[in-house]
Amino acid sequence: MTVAFERPSETPSLDKVGPVLVATGIAVLLLAAILLAAWLTGASGLASDLQARLQPPSFQHLFGTDMFGRDVLARTIKGLALSFRIGFLAAGISVIIATCLAIVAASGSRLADSIVSLLTDMTMGLPHLVLLILISFALGGGTTAVVIAVAVTHWPRLTRILRAEILQVRNADYVAVSRNFGKSRWFIARHHILPHLIPQMIVGFVLLFPHAILHEAGLTFLGFGLEPGKPAIGILLSESMRYLMAGKWWLGLFPGFLLLVAVLCFDVIGNGLRALTDPRGGRS
Amino acid sequence: MSVLEIERLTVSFHRRDGLMRRIAIDCVRDISLAVARGEVLALFGASGAGKSLLAHAVMGLLPANALAGGTMRFDGRVLDARAQAALRGNRIALIPQSVAHLDPLATVGQQLRWAARRARHPMTTPGAVEGALSRFDLAPAVAGTFPHTLSGGMARRVMLAMTTASGADLVLADEPSNGLDAENTARVFRCLKSFAEAGKAVIVISHDLSAALKIADRVVLLSGGQVAAEERAGAFAGDGGALSTAYARLIWNALPQNGFSRVRHEA
Amino acid sequence: MGSWTAFVLVRLVRLALVLAGVAAVAFLLAKFSPVDPIDAYLGPDIARVGPEQRALIAEKWGLDQPAGVQFVKWFSRILTGDLGWSVTYNAPVADVISERFRSSVVLMGLAWVFSGVIGFSLGIWAGARPGSWSDRVIRLYAYILAATPTFWIAILLLIVFSVGLRWTPVCCAAPIGLLPEDVTLLQRLHHLLLPLVGLSILGIAQIALHTRVKMIEIMQSDFVLYARAQGGTTLDIILHHGVRNTALPAITVLFASLGELFGGSILAETVFSYPGLGSATIEAGIRGDVPLLLAITLMTTLFVSVGNTIADVLYHVADPRISSASETWRGVAE
Repeated sequence: MTVAFERPSETPSLDKVGPVLVATGIAVLLLAAILLAAWLTGASGLASDLQARLQPPSFQHLFGTDMFGRDVLARTIKGLALSFRIGFLAAGISVIIATCLAIVAASGSRLADSIVSLLTDMTMGLPHLVLLILISFALGGGTTAVVIAVAVTHWPRLTRILRAEILQVRNADYVAVSRNFGKSRWFIARHHILPHLIPQMIVGFVLLFPHAILHEAGLTFLGFGLEPGKPAIGILLSESMRYLMAGKWWLGLFPGFLLLVAVLCFDVIGNGLRALTDPRGGRS
Repeated sequence: MSVLEIERLTVSFHRRDGLMRRIAIDCVRDISLAVARGEVLALFGASGAGKSLLAHAVMGLLPANALAGGTMRFDGRVLDARAQAALRGNRIALIPQSVAHLDPLATVGQQLRWAARRARHPMTTPGAVEGALSRFDLAPAVAGTFPHTLSGGMARRVMLAMTTASGADLVLADEPSNGLDAENTARVFRCLKSFAEAGKAVIVISHDLSAALKIADRVVLLSGGQVAAEERAGAFAGDGGALSTAYARLIWNALPQNGFSRVRHEA
Repeated sequence: MGSWTAFVLVRLVRLALVLAGVAAVAFLLAKFSPVDPIDAYLGPDIARVGPEQRALIAEKWGLDQPAGVQFVKWFSRILTGDLGWSVTYNAPVADVISERFRSSVVLMGLAWVFSGVIGFSLGIWAGARPGSWSDRVIRLYAYILAATPTFWIAILLLIVFSVGLRWTPVCCAAPIGLLPEDVTLLQRLHHLLLPLVGLSILGIAQIALHTRVKMIEIMQSDFVLYARAQGGTTLDIILHHGVRNTALPAITVLFASLGELFGGSILAETVFSYPGLGSATIEAGIRGDVPLLLAITLMTTLFVSVGNTIADVLYHVADPRISSASETWRGVAE
């Protein structure tokens, strides 16, 4: 008797968890480096050493040194710290804006819904970068302007998700039952709707965070973001442009690479969280 | 001589239980059956009895996490993965159970032509598509429509036309009466019977025993993934006294027209 | 008049509303700016101009009137086609934009087509066999690229190809010092190459990811199972069912991503000193050239919103299942 066996191909669940664990590990390392750098080097890592200007990478200076002899690694980590702070604030404000607008849109008033929908279309209809430049121009640049600009441009997608979530829960049978039992609107909002929104808000925050960092870096690179004196990644890269032709590649390579690693980590973590909270799985 | 012989077919699925544990679930166990040319075999069972899985196992279309064991022979030769790939569509045809099995973005005519080409009988002459449709009482205009405009009965007839175009020797019809009214059901079953009369072997997978009995020569009753009984179709008559197994008698007497006599489901 | 005609009309009204809204917001933002338009206009001459002359300029520009009046005047001028005067380039805004747009549109158009064609092909390839090596490689590429700052990619390309290998020029749209009429097509393409690659790389990643997800869904569908049962080979199924069913979503994403394309071109043009609309945006922002900045804002909004509208309309109209009753669209999927 012949037995035709086929090997089952399987997608082990570790295949999905693995990258998230690795990303979390790297993110923790980065955060530790930022904290450590703030505590260890203080200003000394950023001190200029005119004897060691524009040195290529070596064991002493892993990322090389810049035109004032400052250690590029130390400046990059400082820059990441700044990026993280701005990204954290901007993503947080964005989530708050999105939540408020979603609640307004789902409040039941058709007018309110149309206005929020029009606002969404307006924000999505303008290239993000142009709106960022406009806002930054209006506020005269600086950290506050960047935080506000990035926060104001990133809410639309999350608003749509949250609005749909609220509508879905509000129309669910158990909420209708709760309403028939005479529970107040506030009770329903607190006990039925909020618990569904919070996971979405957390996932939204973690996914917005890397985007906020990317946009801050882009805006700063273009000269509309943070003041030139600050060691932001965008400024490091913008400064490096002047030395690229002279072959000082490390000025351009490393800061951007570390930024990429940071953004990628939080992106992977965010998508992992989303897969966890979405019972249907998959990304859309 | 039998076209298809199945010996001790087992299909199991691997599923993760929690994060680490893996369990195998047998969905079809030790099924043996055979079907000959000119014969209609009805496979009857409640949903979840493993009927569709059996059809997919014959075609070699089981999902990736399924494991099939046992032997199948087609025309006397072992039906392994390679043979299945060569015979699929060409010698063995499947009639799926719903309109979802037609590409929503391609017209009926296109899909009919593709089916014919895949079976290596391409429809090259003009009017061939319309001709194939008209044999199943479908207007020529149907060729230019998209599947979502078809009713359940029309979709089934389109798939019958595709099967005819393939010229297969073995036809597996998966729930051909699902979602159809009595008139359309009768029409579809008549077509299937005509396939058998033309010398093909037909396997009808159905949970509608009385409809299937009208054309079937033999009936295999599945329960819980196993063969519970095998009977001649003619034995399903009167009070079922001619039936050889108790299970078949139970099912037969539970049918509405036979007085709904109480049935204990062991499935 | 089918239901989709009404749908398109609604979309067009919405588009007009969005444009008007963006015009109002942009104008307000520009008014709000601490950058004084007269200071920006005067530049280094600021010390030599007395208050009387400033008042004169303010009056001439209408700056002494309330913001509402200024907005109405400005917006009605825009509607008649008068976009104002750019102090940065000392030319009418309309001329600056049309000239800059001409060099940008080549860059963006080609990048758009490349990211569509290459991204779609990669997505189909990866999605046809999920979990295979090619799928892993394509997915890794797309994930990493989606997290990469555009300008950093541009800088890397510059480091490798212009400084390191010296294959491509370091800046601009043509060799420096040549008159525009003396520049050959080959020279233009040579200067276009790197910005184009930089801009395409990112678009490819996005389209590939979207197409891949859709393709996996299609390959698991009932109609692909039936096609297999008919004896269809994988290639046959990819060509007839995969491409057909993923093309529309991919085109939709492509149209909806025009905003990111423009954002990317601003960054790429800055790194490569490519004289397009993107670098004009930067100049206008830095120098406080409000008429130019506002005009670019409106133009890009029009551009991106039209893209979004097309994406929306395509999504709803071109699928025979959604636009059920309309006979006119029958040929779309052929």
